[in-house]
Formats: sequence, C-alpha cells, structure tokens
Amino acid sequence: MQGIGEAVSLAIQLVITGNADLFEIVALSLRVSLSATFFACLIGLPLGALVAISRFPGRGAVLVLMNALMGLPPVVVGLLVYLHLSRSGPLGFLGLLYTPSAMIIAQTILIAPIVAALSRQVLEDLHGEYAEQFRSLCLTRGQTVSALLWDARYSLLTVSLAGFGRAVAEVGAVIIVGGNIDHLTRVMTTAIALETSKGDLALALALGLVLLVIALGVNAAVQSLRMSARRHAYV
Amino acid sequence: MKLSHTFGASLAALTIATSALASEQSIIVQSTTSTANSGLYDYLLPLFQDKTGIQVNVVAVGTGQAIRNAQNCDGDVLLVHAKPAEEKFVEAGFGVTRTDLMYNDFVVVGPTGDPAQVAGLTDVQEALGKIAQAGALFASRGDDSGTHKKEVALWAETGVDPTAASGDWYRETGSGMGATLNAGIGMGAYVMTDRATWISFANKQDYEIKVQGDEDLFNQYGVIPVDPGKCPSVQIEAAQTFADWLTSQEGQSAIAAYKVDDQQLFFPNAPKN
Amino acid sequence: MSSIDTAALLRPQALPEARYANLLPLRVRGLELSCGGTPILTGLNLDLSPHGCTAIMGPNGAGKSLLLKVLHGLLTPTAGEVCWGSQPPAAVTARQALVFQKPVLLRRSVAANIDFVLKARGKPRQARDALLDRVGLLHKARAPARRLSGGEAQRLALARALATDPEVLFLDEATASLDPSSVQVIETIVQDACARGIRVICVTHDSGQARRIADDVVFLHGGRVAEHSPADRFFSAPQSPAARAYLDGRLVL
Repeated sequence: MQGIGEAVSLAIQLVITGNADLFEIVALSLRVSLSATFFACLIGLPLGALVAISRFPGRGAVLVLMNALMGLPPVVVGLLVYLHLSRSGPLGFLGLLYTPSAMIIAQTILIAPIVAALSRQVLEDLHGEYAEQFRSLCLTRGQTVSALLWDARYSLLTVSLAGFGRAVAEVGAVIIVGGNIDHLTRVMTTAIALETSKGDLALALALGLVLLVIALGVNAAVQSLRMSARRHAYV
Repeated sequence: MKLSHTFGASLAALTIATSALASEQSIIVQSTTSTANSGLYDYLLPLFQDKTGIQVNVVAVGTGQAIRNAQNCDGDVLLVHAKPAEEKFVEAGFGVTRTDLMYNDFVVVGPTGDPAQVAGLTDVQEALGKIAQAGALFASRGDDSGTHKKEVALWAETGVDPTAASGDWYRETGSGMGATLNAGIGMGAYVMTDRATWISFANKQDYEIKVQGDEDLFNQYGVIPVDPGKCPSVQIEAAQTFADWLTSQEGQSAIAAYKVDDQQLFFPNAPKN
Repeated sequence: MSSIDTAALLRPQALPEARYANLLPLRVRGLELSCGGTPILTGLNLDLSPHGCTAIMGPNGAGKSLLLKVLHGLLTPTAGEVCWGSQPPAAVTARQALVFQKPVLLRRSVAANIDFVLKARGKPRQARDALLDRVGLLHKARAPARRLSGGEAQRLALARALATDPEVLFLDEATASLDPSSVQVIETIVQDACARGIRVICVTHDSGQARRIADDVVFLHGGRVAEHSPADRFFSAPQSPAARAYLDGRLVL
C-alpha cells in the first residue's frame, strides 16, 4: 500500500528539484483557470449586478435558474463544448478543440453562473443599503451598477475565488475538450487522473498536494487583501 | 481602465498561443489508453519528432470513444485495437486504410487467494466459466473500449451472459483500464487487461496474472489515417507520414525496443512491403 | 490649486431667476400616503415660497420624513398633487439633494465619495477640496469614509449633497445625535446655503435648531399640516393646540 508519507516526500521532491514537467502543468492550470475566472467575471459580474438591481416579471425564475446552473456537472459542460467545438460541430472551423482555449471556454461556462449567482446575492444586499441614496442622487443604471461593483470589490474577490476554486479543481470538462495532451493541454487535475489510471497513486497524490498548496496560497493572498480592506471598513 | 488592459492583454496572449500552435505542423492521434498509459508514446514520439519535425498530440481515450471522436473529424490518425470496429470505420469512408501495427495479448489478473481457482489455466473460456460458476467478483471496463469489446466476445464464446449478474458478481466500472484495475483490485475482483497496461501498472498490490497464453487473448493494434475526403481539416500528409513511419522498419524496431522492467510490451507485426 | 475661487465653486453658479421660477413655489394639495395599509398623510395641503429655510416639525410618526421623501420624488403618494412649479417631484429629483438621518457613505475614501458625485454629475473634480474644506474634512480627504465619526460622516454627506449643486436641499433630522461642534458646522453651512439662494427644507425635532435656522415652521399632526407660521411666531405664540402641546412637551403620539 502506498502511503500518504510517500506522496508528501514525492511532492516535496518534485517541487525542490524544479521538475520541469510539473511546472509546465502547474503553469497551464493557472493560466487556464485564471483566464476562465477572468472571463466568467466579465460575464457574471455585470449580469449579477443587473439582476440584483432590477425588478421584472419572471425574476424569480431567473434566480432559480442562476442558482441551479451553479451545480452544472463539469462533464456535461465538457460534452456541450466538445459538441460545439468538434470539427463536425457548428464551431469546428475555429479549430479550438484540444487547445487551452477550449479548456478556458469550458471552464468559463462552468463558473460564470457561480460568479453571477453569488455576486447577485452580494450586490443585492449592498444595493439594499445604497438604493435610496442612489435614487436621491438620480444615478443612471450604469452608474449604479459600476458603483455597486466597485464598492463590493472585496466581497466579489471572494466570489471570483469560489469560481476559480471550482475551475482549478474540476477534471470532467477539461479532459473532454482538452484531451489531456502531454505538453499541450495537460493540467493538474487531468495529470492526477492519468497517474491514478496508471496506478501511480503516490505521484497522483503528490500532484494533488501541489494543487492544494496552490489553492491555499491563492486563498491566503485574497484573505490578507480582505483583512486590510476590513481595516479601512471597505468590506 | 486597468481592467480593460488586462482583458486586451489576455486576449492577445490567447491569440498568440493559438497561432503559435498552428504555425508548427502538428497532428492529433485519437488513441486507445493502453498505448499511452504504458509509456509507449513517451518513447516513440520523440524519435518521430526528431526525424520529421511533426508534433504528435495524443488524446488517449477508450477505443470506442476514440473512434467516435475520429468520426467527428477531431483527429488525424486513429490508433486502436478493435479490428471489426476499425474495418467498419474504414468501410464507412472515415479512414484511408487500416494497417496492422503490432500486437500484445490480454491476460486475466486476480488476487492471490484466487477464489475461482483459475490460476495457471490457458483456456480463457474455461477460466471465465469457472469465475461465473463460483460467482467470484469480476470487474469489467463496461465502456465500449477495445478491451471491453474483446471481453464481451469472450463471454459470448463461453456461453455465459454476465450482464445478468451485473451489479452482483459482475461489476461494470464504465471507466478506463487503469481505473478499472484500481477498482477491481480494491474489491478483490478478477480483471481482464492488456499485458502492456498490466506490466506498467504501479498499483498491483497482491495481484498477479492468473490466465494467459490462449490464442483467443491475442490483441491486435491497427493504425488508420483519417480520410480527408470526409474530414477536410485532416492533415493527411503528416498523418500518413506518421502511419508510414510506425509501420516502417525503423518504427517497428522502435516498438520492439520499448521495454518496461525488461519485458517487451508490444510486438510489431506490420506487413512488410 | 490656490488659484481656484472657492466661493465661486460653492456658489450654485449664480442661478438665473428663471431656473427658480421652474422649481418653486411648491404646491401640495390633498396629499395622501399610506404605509402598509396604515394612512400616514391624509389630505395634506402645503404651499412653500421660493426662498428661505423651512423646518418641518411634529411628533414621532407624524410622517415628516415620508413627506420629505414624497417632495423629493423618492416616494409616490397614494393620492393628491405635488407640484414644483409646474412639475412633479420625480422630474426634479436631480435638481434637489437630500441628507439622510443616517448617512449612507460609499466604501471609499472621503475624497472619493465627493469625486463620485462630481463625476456622476459631470462636474469638475477641482470643486472637491473646496467642499471638503468647507465642512472641515480636507485633512481627512484620504481617510476611509466609513471610519469617520458620526458627526464627520454627516458633514461629508452634506458636502456630497452640496456637490450636486442643488436648488433645493432637504435635511432629514441630519443633526440628530451628533456632537455639538458638528451640529454647529452643519447649521452654519445650511444657513450659508440658504443665504446663497438654495431652498432649504429640514425635518427636525430640535426646537433650538429650528429657532436658529428656520424662517418658517410647518407643524404636522394627524396626517395634515396643523400649523404653518413664521418661525418667531410659531415659537412665541403657536396658533394650534397641537403645536402648543408639542412645544410644552405634552404631545406624544
């Protein structure tokens, strides 16, 4: 039986020896998931803000839909994106399948609903506080949205972090649209899946530990940002 | 604003990355998992790339999914091990020609306890019959892969319908070879696997080969360039170069030279021309 | 920086009389407002002249704050008519500013709170320092707005209201529970604003404050205007029994 201890020492060894493959995989993971988080925020934040400040018929249904989409299974997203990007699919001519771009698209679709739904909640609460003052100031809808987005920036950072966390940890979508191609589309999670299927559980676990450390690092950075923001009463 | 700068920069980065990819010649091989998981490609591809400069990207999935992906034109070369399905693929016009590439064989692995007493048998039908009779656990891929197709055919020849006991002693994992081995070993079940995957598999625990040597366990791999008539996006020249190299004297020797633990995993048998 | 004429920036750009003629006088007829089924204002009539500072007083629950929000166009009345010159309140909200009892400040620096309004109104940012100086907050320009004391926060809210260059300034118990020095700063600025031609309408419980800054007093009781008198007469000889009782401290709702 391969133990946790073996995995930990292997993980440390991989990192301190500066294993080139490992760093390539980590770099691609970060590039794909950070890009997806960025695009998901670009879509999700304004959407969440608009729903937060608007009242329209069918709003309740939209909220239910947004919350339900948060639970999209990655494999389903992967399949949908595959069917569109496949050479025989409607967007096949772009030649994006089995590229990092395809992985970014899939993860963006996966986490944009998370960013939209969570930011909607955050911004609706803040709008409750600001609404009357903003109406008194006769702000336009665009001014209201941008002011809310800016003033909730630290909470929204946490929201985007939730999206990043889901993106960087998922394997189902990227393995279908990326193909887990060595030196091209292999990321942490697909590498872990591969090593597991090779029966190399220690290496799989070591990669998992590296992923965990990265996630911890990103979270710690955001947390310290929030702490300094709290000192300024910006949260 | 800063945000829009970042946006522009990442868009630019994306574009550059994509165009850089397109500029160097590369092909996608839709492959079965055993050739990838056993490390064969890690050994072969650098040799091929050094010689031709063609970048080979391998998507390793089950044979069934590899064929479906290739039918969607999402690959330039198909490298799998399910001869009837491959021939159908070529007949339907998706492949140019199918060439025998190499073979290895399937084995049945099991725990040291050997609950169905099949150790040492060389008749695979007899062994499967004993497993069914004893109701000993058997983990199947259940994923329409080449290995799964082979296993289903062997059960049929044995005259047993294991799916009647699905969920009982017959466990279909619906996963790849490695995942099925992990699951089978975890529950103490017999597993049919190709020898290459087994030799390079790192989580064997107390498992060993119980049944081997039957002619019926022969496992033929074939290589097929995807037909540009059906799939205009196919890089047929590079695809044909790759298939030709694999079946050439040089490629065949390279396949024979690949060893894990001093054991040869694949035996080249491309027709000499 | 020093070349900027502070007084000119604070002056509501020497408003042409024509602009006043549009907004004032204020005419309210038969105003009714219910809150959750409970009638608060019942057939209220009110006329306000174009100039000066008006205090709205009355017992708790008389509907003073609600009246202010109706006049500002934030609340739609159940029935009745409100006319600023010839226009409904919602059409002129942008030409007015309201300082709330609890200031709602953005989660930004003091300066950024002013910048935000100046930018939203397309006004030059140079006006900011003069405004902050006016309310005694220039030295705190870079401090986080939400770390200000209650008095400082309300002074910032007032500076922000003035940044919109309003023709009418509403104050909704803006100095309730503030420290005396902040109250004094705010009263001085409000008196200045009034002197410069901004129409001030403030809700207050503080009789002393009303005496100091108001030209006339509107006393609300029972959902209507019980009395509307010049301030000196209101405090020396209130006409209505309700106002008399209120000033004697006998009227509690």
